Amino acid sequence: MTDATNQIDKQKDGTEIELLSFLVGGQDYSVDIMSVREIRGGAKATSLPHSPAYVQGVINLRGTVLPIMDLAKRLGMNTEVDKDRNVIIVVAIEERTVGLMVDAVSDILAISEEDMQPPPEMPADNERNFVSALTIVDGRMIRILDLNAVLPPAAEEAA
Amino acid sequence: MAEIRASFFIECEELLEALQDGLQTMYDGAQDDETVNIVFRAVHSIKGGAGAFGLDTLVGFAHQFETVLDEVRSGTLAADTDVLKLFFQCGDVLADLVRESRDALPHDTSVSAPVLADLAALLGDKGTEEEEELEFQPMGLSLALPGLDIAETGADDSQDLLACEPSWTIHFTPHAVLFSSGNEPLFLFKGLRDLGPMEAVCQVNDLPALADLDTGASHLTWVISLTTSEGEGAIREAFEFVDGLCDLEIEQDTPTLPELATLPDLPALPDLPDLPSLNDDTGSGESPDAAPVPDMEMPAAPDTAAAPDPAPQTVAAPPAKAAPAKSETPAPAQKTAAPSPRATVRVDLDRIDRLVNLVGEIVINQAMLTQSVEEAGLAPNSAVRTGLEEFLQLTRDIQESVMMIRAQPVKSLFQRMSRIVRESSAGIGKDVRLRTEGENTEVDKTVIERLADPLTHMIRNAVDHGLESTEERTAAGKSAEGNVYLTAMHRSGRVVIEVADDGDGINREKVRKIAEEKGLIAPDLPLSDGDIDNLLFLPGFSTADEVSNLSGRGVGMDVVRSSIQALGGRISITSERGKGTTFSISLPLTLAVLDGMVVRVAGETLVVPLNSILETLALTREEIREFGPETHVVKIRDSFVPLLDLGAELGYRRPLDDYSGGVVLLIAQEDSSRAAVVVDAIEDQRQVVIKGLQDSYGRVPGIAAATILGDGQIALILDPVDLITQASGRTRPPHTIVSKAG
Repeated sequence: MTDATNQIDKQKDGTEIELLSFLVGGQDYSVDIMSVREIRGGAKATSLPHSPAYVQGVINLRGTVLPIMDLAKRLGMNTEVDKDRNVIIVVAIEERTVGLMVDAVSDILAISEEDMQPPPEMPADNERNFVSALTIVDGRMIRILDLNAVLPPAAEEAA
Repeated sequence: MAEIRASFFIECEELLEALQDGLQTMYDGAQDDETVNIVFRAVHSIKGGAGAFGLDTLVGFAHQFETVLDEVRSGTLAADTDVLKLFFQCGDVLADLVRESRDALPHDTSVSAPVLADLAALLGDKGTEEEEELEFQPMGLSLALPGLDIAETGADDSQDLLACEPSWTIHFTPHAVLFSSGNEPLFLFKGLRDLGPMEAVCQVNDLPALADLDTGASHLTWVISLTTSEGEGAIREAFEFVDGLCDLEIEQDTPTLPELATLPDLPALPDLPDLPSLNDDTGSGESPDAAPVPDMEMPAAPDTAAAPDPAPQTVAAPPAKAAPAKSETPAPAQKTAAPSPRATVRVDLDRIDRLVNLVGEIVINQAMLTQSVEEAGLAPNSAVRTGLEEFLQLTRDIQESVMMIRAQPVKSLFQRMSRIVRESSAGIGKDVRLRTEGENTEVDKTVIERLADPLTHMIRNAVDHGLESTEERTAAGKSAEGNVYLTAMHRSGRVVIEVADDGDGINREKVRKIAEEKGLIAPDLPLSDGDIDNLLFLPGFSTADEVSNLSGRGVGMDVVRSSIQALGGRISITSERGKGTTFSISLPLTLAVLDGMVVRVAGETLVVPLNSILETLALTREEIREFGPETHVVKIRDSFVPLLDLGAELGYRRPLDDYSGGVVLLIAQEDSSRAAVVVDAIEDQRQVVIKGLQDSYGRVPGIAAATILGDGQIALILDPVDLITQASGRTRPPHTIVSKAG
């Protein structure tokens, strides 16, 4: 389990944490709702030269420059996102604020700690292990994203 | 307490600056009393504050320094060049000590010990005697007793005995801060006694009942009659160390002693309730000193008040003399430009930055408004448009004013540089003097902070490489002392800082040879003098025959240049053989806004800093020449300039088949090399607010920052120099190797 989820466990006395679930490439993912700053509609991003493919560009979020990450590409999916109907989830991790582009936001879920399972070890995915835990809601598998892993370290980007 | 402590260290910075100033003035030959006093007071105030915070190392050093300065002040010690050089060193050590005390760092005694030893040597045996002063003595009531004893004997006897010598009456009322800063009246009286027979009468009638006694306050006044052949100056000198910490009146007696009844009664603390008449006596001179200091924990405030404000030491009628004394003080210290003391406010930098950001938002907002008004298709002279024009003007004014708040004189930076010169010249045994000009030129605070490193490097270079050795200078008929000039000025909306030396200039043959040896340039490449000078900026270039510990590690001028460029500045070099070398740095006044040209390329909008664009032109087929298999050059008048496709360099598109008809920005680099950058169209020329990318995303090659345009879209601001340095220069698709008519 990641630090972020641990933290929330403590805050909620180990009972429940709230997750924001959303669709990426048709799959169910979720993030800790405490790290979500806002949800906004897609906007035309200004692309950054020499950036990794999953960096969509930057948008103007009320006067600040917000980098946008195409989450599907970051997670290694090859689905074409419908550019007009996507949603940006603005998340803050430590000092950084980043927009994650997803297909759609689905729900807010309250999940108790014992309902969360650690992800199985899958050697093929070791390089891209972005899931910190799994849970099942109404028969759907919801992956809980490890945001620290999703955001590339700032030093890596400073090419 | 932490706040007071913090403010003490802020005061220290100012005092250290005053100290440097004063020493520099003395070094430049003006050794008038006032200058020496300023230096003395600065050191003394630091010592006083440090004593209250128990910073023993700092107090000890400041005390020793102060003692020697006192010798200079009294005329026993002549402040010649060597002494002044030691003083400068002392100032440096003092600055180090202040910094170490502030950050609670351990002190390296190997730095201060030799300086202290030198000071002690200057003092001779006098130093030990005054060590007593160091002991921190909180005020005790018993102190009053010797005064009381003396009071029992009459003053008349001595008066009669030594009638031939003038007698003086001294009213001495210590403030509470005098005691809290570790001074001790008894020692002062001992000092007076050395001048001649004296009587001290302690007036205790204002002493409250024991139950009401505030032990931190001062309730005593001494009336001293002294018979001495020395003048008033000598008496005043005895009170040197408590200058500004007490009310002191010195009167030469007329045949009859002034009646005690006419003397002001204990003008010590205005907050004592039983002294309603007190404020009339003390007036404006003292009350600001005493008022905020009800106990001994807060000496910082009165100390600094004492430094620029000599009012309390003036003879009699303090309110009357205070005003002229105030304006006199700073004047001799700064000959170049003596600004009269202005009212200032200390503001948290964060608040200013927030204001700067908000103004940035206004500029963006106003651009958006302009755009929507235009889209609404209103008549050009409609009320909305006229109003908008005025709004535009106002925004610009507000913005400039806000930027002015962040601006600071470069003086502090220059003072740091004079330390660099002292240290580096001492390290290699050259005699070097730093001459500064335009210290009051104001530059954005961030620019000043980020200029320190490159400037340090350049100054070291000038001392190490620029100036010849003393023997070589004498042989060339120059003064043995080398000069390094540091100048700041405003020139056409930019700040120009020049670092010049009067050394031998750049040895171009040698530079060329080294560059060839290091493989930085091809042999026999035709180069102008300017081109050769600019070789100094190449990475990995170092001219020093031997690598000294000052400079010459091969990370020299190229690093300097890139840090200057990171500030949006330019650096250039001029040199004349035998006369010296001048490096000239040109910087924007602010880092927050920039004038840019808005261009469009491959569907993206970008901003190119206006100051990097030499000219714009439309390409014709005749001007484009093929160069290599994948590159082109452009013929501009009589020279060929490499062609760069901005869209291709930034990875927005593949190189085009044909560039004729395209718009070209001719961009100049610092080394006066040029590049022709192709864009699709020029859209606008306007002021943009700089939004850093570093924090939110990271560095992007070729991109300096981002900005928000009138339509709310983000546009990237180009870093032309970075772009050109990293450019591939590819302007033809890789497959079209077949040459076309060009």
